[in-house]
Amino acid sequence: MTLIPPENLERFTQAPASLDLYRITKKFGDFTAADEISLTVPPGTVHALLGENGAGKSTLVKCVMGFHPATSGEIMVGGHVREIQHPSDARKYGIGMVYQHFTLVPSMTVTENLVLSRPDVPAAVNWKRETARLEEFMATEAPFKVPLHKRASELAAGEKQKTEILKQLYLKSRILILDEPTSVLTPAEATEVLALLRQMTVAGRLSIIIITHKFREVFSFADDVTVLRRGKLAGQGKVKDLDRDSLAAMMMGGTSSAKPVPSAPRATTSTSSRRTALRVKQLSVLGDNGLTAVKDVSFELAEGEVLGIAGVAGNGQRELMEVLGGQRPAATGSLEAHGQPYHGTRRDILAHQFHTLPEEPLRNACAPMLSMAENIALRTFDQPPQARWKWLLNFRAIRKSALPLIEAYSIKTRGPDTPIRDLSGGNVQRAILARELSTLPLKILVVSEPCFGLDFAATDFVHQKITEARDRGVAVLVVSSDLDELLKITDRLLVMSGGQITYETPTATADLAVIGTHMAGHG
Amino acid sequence: MDSFWLVTMAILAGAVRGGTPFLFVSLGECLTEKSGKINLGQEGSLLAGAMTAYAVSYHSGSPWYGVLAAMGVGMLLGLLFAWLSQLPRTNDIAVGIALMLFGSGIAFFFGKPYIQPSAPLLPGIPLGAWSDSTQIQAALRICPLFFLGLLTAYFLAWFLRSTRWGLQIRAAGDQPSAARALGISLKAVRTWAAMAGSGLAAVGGSYLSLYYPGAWTEAISGGQGLMAVALVIFARWDPKMCLVASLLFGGAQSVGPALQAAGIQTGYYLWNASPYVLTLIVMVITCSTKKSLAGAPGALATGE
Repeated sequence: MTLIPPENLERFTQAPASLDLYRITKKFGDFTAADEISLTVPPGTVHALLGENGAGKSTLVKCVMGFHPATSGEIMVGGHVREIQHPSDARKYGIGMVYQHFTLVPSMTVTENLVLSRPDVPAAVNWKRETARLEEFMATEAPFKVPLHKRASELAAGEKQKTEILKQLYLKSRILILDEPTSVLTPAEATEVLALLRQMTVAGRLSIIIITHKFREVFSFADDVTVLRRGKLAGQGKVKDLDRDSLAAMMMGGTSSAKPVPSAPRATTSTSSRRTALRVKQLSVLGDNGLTAVKDVSFELAEGEVLGIAGVAGNGQRELMEVLGGQRPAATGSLEAHGQPYHGTRRDILAHQFHTLPEEPLRNACAPMLSMAENIALRTFDQPPQARWKWLLNFRAIRKSALPLIEAYSIKTRGPDTPIRDLSGGNVQRAILARELSTLPLKILVVSEPCFGLDFAATDFVHQKITEARDRGVAVLVVSSDLDELLKITDRLLVMSGGQITYETPTATADLAVIGTHMAGHG
Repeated sequence: MDSFWLVTMAILAGAVRGGTPFLFVSLGECLTEKSGKINLGQEGSLLAGAMTAYAVSYHSGSPWYGVLAAMGVGMLLGLLFAWLSQLPRTNDIAVGIALMLFGSGIAFFFGKPYIQPSAPLLPGIPLGAWSDSTQIQAALRICPLFFLGLLTAYFLAWFLRSTRWGLQIRAAGDQPSAARALGISLKAVRTWAAMAGSGLAAVGGSYLSLYYPGAWTEAISGGQGLMAVALVIFARWDPKMCLVASLLFGGAQSVGPALQAAGIQTGYYLWNASPYVLTLIVMVITCSTKKSLAGAPGALATGE
């Protein structure tokens, strides 16, 4: 890797920040992940890149960033054709990327992280001088402040995101690629960060490509939009000429328009008249670091109700979820299912038909090497007909019982004997959903981030199944950081912040702004 | 001088004398672990280093050539570890154990002819020459390698904090995805860290055979290379704490002999077990199923 002398860096970064992609194609073997895609980002504009998972958005921007050079096609920066073979090339031409997952080193301070990101880190760092320089940068150029001396691991999600953006400004990037930048932010933080970036494009300091799946962000933030579908260009245009339906039609390929989930009929009877299925009493839980992650949480969940827990990821939801699933001991407090103490043992699970669908099911709810059929049978394998005398397994019965579920949940797989880790994320989610929902006497269902990383169709499907279960009288708890999802499928909402339940509201009368302030911990 | 002072003096001297190999191995392991790799093969590097240093010193007549040669052999073993452990579907721990056996195996195999002959040893710096007491003279006779280790500890602390390579090593060990996004080659960083780390462990080995106890035998290490790995945890991956921890372990090792020298025979073998007991205690105190360890590199031995 060659280092660029400062005077060259200056020259490149002063160039007008426009970006043109001309017929970019990227092939992996026989598979074409991006097929002759062209797009133009004029200087000082925001270009939204929209598409379902696997549509080729990441592939395309990774070509621009030099992670994997394009198979064919040309990239023009500021009107000049540029060879981008390596991330350092992209950096040389002033292109920077803010990733969906943070790229800060957690144990390092913000200062250390910023200095490390420079292409020309000095062999020996004079921290006094670097700190002074950064303080000056913060005082003069930076559009927002972050605490320089704090470790990245101590920053809130919004601060981390801001630090990532600052890092790009510090590196004098003129073209910024943002990969779903708001997925970890509260609505208020998202609006703030996007507004600041918008200001900087208007001021002519930046051009931006933003990868997103949120229509709201496209309409309030972008000038142009490109829609990708299955690696191909599905549509392109000025945002002001387009509406929600035409965008959705582009994404879905015109054939099946994005049909919104029929909004769940809200509870007609008041919750108090129904039987309580799950009661959480003053629950406190310690996190991995030994600090209290969940603090004194109490709530009740009634039969035939969908209760949502909203909150920014990392506010104790995971730990709460793990206690409900029996994966983590509670520090204090207790759980009651149908009025009896509940300890998450296999006997308790069976007695109360209490099922959980944790986030990242492949990691948290599967035996990855076992076949799909065996994974689907994990709840029932010790019951007849799948087992005789409670210990002798009948693999034929296990296989047979999986077949109708593969059909009913339209799981795409080579067959029930495929190891579950070979399935795509959406199909793993469907398989585990099939497992947790198919036992008929199901009474309590707890799900976490049920649609994370799923495409439109799969999301609809999951929401529909959850609503169906609710209508059967199942008590459902949904933990999600996607507020839109919760507003769509829940009857009642709790907001979790800093490990505590800070707000409760019926979904029908929920106010987005109020929920937002409580999510941010300012309630 | 009464026996209390004698024992204290002996333990302090023993801390320096016995702690030096711990210091080198733990500094090396600390560097390697900071890059995200855990190398249990340090025990093998220690033994191979001890044997090589002794053999080269015997043939060349200069113990310093021995130290250099040991370092070279250690770096080769580190290279082997880095290569094997970064192959797909391998595991640091398994590769480490294999190299521990490999390193000790080659040391025993090539070391057979050097068990009898005596090689020139490293000189001690007589810092106690001012005193008439032979005990003080003996206690203050310190190997130059100890001072080298002392310098290395402070240098390493500065290196990890304030140099480009130090920052890159920490990034690779704490958040490999971030390091990759910054264009840092994990492979290169970890290979260099493992080589340097293993080289330091081998220098620790040369101290064993060329200064204290100062002969080549197959039982020379007594598992010090493995204990040093525990010591890094105890030191919270901080080179300066490695120094403190090494002295503590070295001191623990010399409790038995010091008491014996003062004429206290009770529980001699029990006292000799104290470094091992200390290892166990450290492990029990620092390991918990409920919380992860503060200061541990985030990607340590995760296979990422």
